[in-house]
Amino acid sequence: MQDILFYVFAALTLVCGFLVVANPISRSPVTSALFLVLTIVSLSGLFVLLHAFFLAAVQIVVYAGAALVLFLFVIMMLDLKAEERRRITRLGLIGGGLVAVAMAWLFRVVPREAALVASGPAHVEGSTPALGALLFTQYLLPFEAISLVLVAGMVGAILLSRKEPS
Amino acid sequence: MTVGLAHYLTVSVVLFCLGLLGVIARRNVVIVYMALELMLNATNLALVAFSRFNHNLEGQVMVFFIITVAAAEVAVGLALIVALYRKRQTAHVEDLASMRL
Repeated sequence: MQDILFYVFAALTLVCGFLVVANPISRSPVTSALFLVLTIVSLSGLFVLLHAFFLAAVQIVVYAGAALVLFLFVIMMLDLKAEERRRITRLGLIGGGLVAVAMAWLFRVVPREAALVASGPAHVEGSTPALGALLFTQYLLPFEAISLVLVAGMVGAILLSRKEPS
Repeated sequence: MTVGLAHYLTVSVVLFCLGLLGVIARRNVVIVYMALELMLNATNLALVAFSRFNHNLEGQVMVFFIITVAAAEVAVGLALIVALYRKRQTAHVEDLASMRL
């Protein structure tokens, strides 16, 4: 059952990921953004299959909830009608395809050299209490530091998107 | 054949390469940015898979931090795109070539 679910979610992730990048029907950034939502939701399905329940929830709340709403707002503000008529240049497509294939090949070769083997059956449970205990003991300092990053990001976003006083 | 680490890593690699393809081939800044998000998500999947199959929860802690940083990064990056669009009236990377030698 879990294996079937894995294949379903993996296929969904990859198909939607492809449609984000190169949608043959629509060139509009809005469709890309909506397919990105689908990709992220199916990725969080994969997280659940990996027993990372907390991260699956965070993935949906933060990415599908917050980040994608930001994306859609920005697309709405930018008025990208002219962009839709532009085509993907053939050079970019061929170059990008070549680099992506080379990268995939690299990823295939390197692990074989490094002999990365999973040890035995899996046991780790990414439940909220377990992750929280780790976050508030061993990783307390990074956890506090990340809040500074968030504040800096918030202030930066406000500062950058503010209208310049003329 | 039961689903193992290799399967998850394969999905992660393919997703990462899709993101890379998008960053290189697409010309719209917003879509390039979405492709970057795809790449981040691919690495997250790899880290969670490693954490699961190596009996170590620290990979998931790392993913937690990555998601948090990515949220801040999305906000700042999109603000930059909006500021750029205000100045130049374009969101197309080929029109943003003032730093080209």
